[in-house]
Amino acid sequence: MTKSRPPDRPEPAPGATTRALIDIRIQDDILRARQASRTAASAIGFTTVDQTRLATVVSELTRNALVYAGGGVCRVLTRLTVQERSVMIEVEDQGPGIADVTGALTRGFSTGRGLGLGLAAVRKLMDDLVIETCPGRTLVRTGMTRRR
Amino acid sequence: MRVPILRLGRVLLTSLPADLTDQQVMDLQIDALALIQSGKADGLVIDITAADVVDSYMARILSETAKMVKIMGGVAVLAGMQPAVALTLVEMGRDMIDMETAFDLEGGVAKVVRLVASRGGRHDEVPTT
Ligand SMILES: Nc1ncnc2c1ncn2[C@@H]1O[C@H](COP(=O)(O)OP(=O)(O)O)[C@@H](O)[C@H]1O
Ligand SMILES: [Mg+2]
Repeated sequence: MTKSRPPDRPEPAPGATTRALIDIRIQDDILRARQASRTAASAIGFTTVDQTRLATVVSELTRNALVYAGGGVCRVLTRLTVQERSVMIEVEDQGPGIADVTGALTRGFSTGRGLGLGLAAVRKLMDDLVIETCPGRTLVRTGMTRRR
Repeated sequence: MRVPILRLGRVLLTSLPADLTDQQVMDLQIDALALIQSGKADGLVIDITAADVVDSYMARILSETAKMVKIMGGVAVLAGMQPAVALTLVEMGRDMIDMETAFDLEGGVAKVVRLVASRGGRHDEVPTT
């Protein structure tokens, strides 16, 4: 096998995992989380379009945590292996939980004043989406993986 | 900080910064509608060249603002959306953004002027009895 050309920009060693943790308490934190996800994705070579998809997803999920649960925490995990790069976003809160998960994922379903397009959009923009929820805790985990 | 809105003749111009909080988006809507309502302008161009995220909230407020401007007799145009943002919005689903658009600020102003003219301007519409 031939050795690939070294990248123009230094990338973390294959298999490396980076973590960013952002507390979501005020609206500005949504912007910080968005920026953190973009920076993390850019660092392991995700395209501008993928960075934009990720930042948009982080915006949707952290706003939900702020609006429906009064705040929460956002974790950005990245992983670079020889074959692929991946980002995982986790947004967790201690709010009331999502009573109807299937409904919440349906376009147009909203218990707030939104249009109910947020979670449906997250599902479309990302590769996978898992929601664990009960009264007192909601965890939304979503990932994007690309071949290198 | 509120996003400034400039007035050039009868057209309002505003350039959004890269990052806007939900409150800033809402304040912009309020400010723009107040200016349209005052009768000093009949068009609004929102330049979003710098915006690197337009999520469902911002898309909703922008579309809503455009509809309100229209109901008040004016025209609102969104100008300069980055390709990555446009692609993301398309993927998020149909009708995420529902308003007039233009490639850039200049095109946005031209579109507003043209659309306002084609509607005959709202201040000529006082009925003569
Ligand atoms: N973290 C959360 N805690 C409780 N309920 C939530 C949370 N996230 C989403 N939901 C529920 O799911 C619904 C759909 O969310 P979403 O698709 O983002 O649309 P919107 O926020 O516009 O209502 C919300 O109206 C709310 O009822
Ligand atoms: Mg939402």
